[in-house]
Amino acid sequence: MRGYAGKYLDIDLSSREIKERSFPDRLLRDYVGGRGLATRILWNRLGKRWEEVDPLGPENILLMLTGPLTGYFPGTKICVSGKSPQCNGVVGSTIAGEFGADLKCAGCDGLIISGRAEKPCYIMVLDDQVEIKDASPIWGRQARETFRYLNKRSIDEIKAKRPTYGEVKDPSILYIGPAGENATRVAVVLAKYSHAAGYGGYGGVMGSKNLKAVVAKGFGPLPEVDDPESMAAMHKSMSAKAYEREQWRRWGTGGGGYYFGAGSSSEPIRNWQEEWHDNEAYSGDEFDKFWVKKYWGDFGCPVTCLKLAVLRSGKYDGTICDNPDYELQAFEGTNLGIFDPETNIHFAQLINEAGLCGIQGGAVLGLAGELYQRGILTSDDLQGIDLRWGNVEAFERLLRLVVKREAIGDVLAQGVYRAAREIGRRKGVDLTNYVVQEKGMAIGGHGIRSGKDYISNPIGFACSTQGGDHGSAARFPPVGDFGELSAILHDSAVYCAFAKSVDNDEIFQFYTAITGWEQTSEEWYNKKALRILQLQRAMLLLGGPDVNWKPKIDDDNPPRFWEPLPSGPYAGKTLNRVSFERTRARYYRAVGWDKNGVPTPETLTSLGLHSVDSKLKEAGFRK
Amino acid sequence: MTQSGQVRMKRDYLLCSGCRRCEIACSLFHDKRIWPEASRVRVFMFIPGVEIPHLCFQCDNPKCVEACPEGALSVDGQTGAIIVDNGLCTACGSCIDACPGHVPHLHPDGSRIVICDLCGGDPECVKVCTDGKWDALTLLQHDEVHPKEQQPETPQELTHRTGMLILGERTLKEVWDE
Repeated sequence: MRGYAGKYLDIDLSSREIKERSFPDRLLRDYVGGRGLATRILWNRLGKRWEEVDPLGPENILLMLTGPLTGYFPGTKICVSGKSPQCNGVVGSTIAGEFGADLKCAGCDGLIISGRAEKPCYIMVLDDQVEIKDASPIWGRQARETFRYLNKRSIDEIKAKRPTYGEVKDPSILYIGPAGENATRVAVVLAKYSHAAGYGGYGGVMGSKNLKAVVAKGFGPLPEVDDPESMAAMHKSMSAKAYEREQWRRWGTGGGGYYFGAGSSSEPIRNWQEEWHDNEAYSGDEFDKFWVKKYWGDFGCPVTCLKLAVLRSGKYDGTICDNPDYELQAFEGTNLGIFDPETNIHFAQLINEAGLCGIQGGAVLGLAGELYQRGILTSDDLQGIDLRWGNVEAFERLLRLVVKREAIGDVLAQGVYRAAREIGRRKGVDLTNYVVQEKGMAIGGHGIRSGKDYISNPIGFACSTQGGDHGSAARFPPVGDFGELSAILHDSAVYCAFAKSVDNDEIFQFYTAITGWEQTSEEWYNKKALRILQLQRAMLLLGGPDVNWKPKIDDDNPPRFWEPLPSGPYAGKTLNRVSFERTRARYYRAVGWDKNGVPTPETLTSLGLHSVDSKLKEAGFRK
Repeated sequence: MTQSGQVRMKRDYLLCSGCRRCEIACSLFHDKRIWPEASRVRVFMFIPGVEIPHLCFQCDNPKCVEACPEGALSVDGQTGAIIVDNGLCTACGSCIDACPGHVPHLHPDGSRIVICDLCGGDPECVKVCTDGKWDALTLLQHDEVHPKEQQPETPQELTHRTGMLILGERTLKEVWDE
């Protein structure tokens, strides 16, 4: 086996038992790593009783998995997964940084974490030594303080173990903030200060397990590869192609706060009441003024699309933040009626510090904003907060209630879908029309009505197995370099799709150079990716225990996306119901689902997923 | 004594993207593997955003050479790099203690010290850094680098200095246990 360390750590936090696990080659060839492997592990261990598994209970399994390309591909990530407390299916949620490379250098491909620790803890992986350690001194701490503590402490410990080594470089750390500790459904897993595994809500899953962080440090090399010369040559050639994408390097997505409004009319504004603005004060050039690092990246990255923003004066002096990428410019900016970079950077930092999800957290604050605007939520409901659009202090106060799950904050901490249901129940009104979500997840900042966004596909969110995840949108036809079967490749081989400047065929070649295993494009789309997709679809449909999705009926766009765009150059544009339904039906057929969107017995058995077929039958999905 | 033709590495920490491609290039060249800890240049990140590529400063009178009890270290006459004789090095660590910048470190296999050898005069780390147009590490002729810039400093000292520039004193104190 090449490209893999060949070892996974199976950690039960309840019993504090740590076991080493390995998987047969056949399983790794089929499910690769990251998202694919997570899906298989979850099915094997929890599939039979999936509907009863509480994503925030000790029975859930949290996975942090690398893939065979992790570390070798120029642009490194790790994939966090588990049963999602947002969609109640499985989400592959990737996060950038050195963690994946560090873990493999420690001789470990991934962590499978179950149970619940009795007291707050963190896991430390130092080569072949694995410890569950006390996290009570940092429980309750925000991002910066958590990072500072763990970084310093871990370095000191490693130094003590290797007194003659010389200076010891920092380890890699994945951790949660208070929003995760309090098991909200809108919390992320963090790295550095504001890198995040966002979609899925795995910060809350970590919190529910009393797990504050995982620290990894490996002194070894990355595992052996099959063809070192080809690997090195392709590392170079793929990087050279990435260098050529100058716009991307220059701006990352940091010009998006203006572009997706003014250019493509697809930006959430005041809870998606509009998608167009042309506020030039919100352009990339204005954000650029605060960038102390204009090219910032993680292990092996040739693009360095991240930018580091620091505020050194004014009201928000002392703010440090990965420059809000487009999603945070939207959800911590325009969606709350905030249109100036400094305030947006400040608010993005507050979100990061708390370990809230930029998208899910910003979206739920935006929902509250609209309900306040419409008089459905009053300042009495909001602890006296005057939640006018753009009132930063007000949104800041509400954010703190969400993080602590106090008063209305406890309702909002459940995310847009569940919050709207609960507030609607309390008020006796149907709030469905105000919620822009897909299967329990707030939709990323890419409206589809104008047809000008990169996701211009009407079934992109409706048919995704990862709900509102804009990185995993479905597409018809499903085969090709875009669409969900391609996202499954990135998230399972585990590398950064943003740093990918080659087509998937080159990725398959690189995979072969690393693993020595052939991979044809045909087999990927028709077998492997399709198999992973069926498993994700099945677990999404099984859902539970608190929510379930109806096939077909819930494979739809949120009501707001069916209304005409109210403003801008594309005012009046909307989606066409007939063409949406036609495309959806075609997509169902193309991926082997019946007319209701349920994987057919033929599809499942031809992919060797007999147990999935039986389960769907048993759960009543077959007429 | 220095000779013409000797090269030195210029570092601009504010330009470091933190991509660590220098570590990849260095270990691929010397160890034929991607092996960040074996790399002769190591990027320290005590504070996210303050990344410090740390490697030999090529002092005029290298204390490490003086301190080696085995005579395993020498200055390459052509390039000016410190050369480790792996046959003589016992990994005793005297050079680490002697270096004012705490630059040398053990190869992670524990057998010997690793110090930047400038790849024989055309360092791989500089190539990747300039190919990517970051230019945090660039190569200059010996006399083009101001001697002050060549003062060895520890990763902590460099983090402090760079952190002061990026974050300012108050914020730096907040984010780092120096």
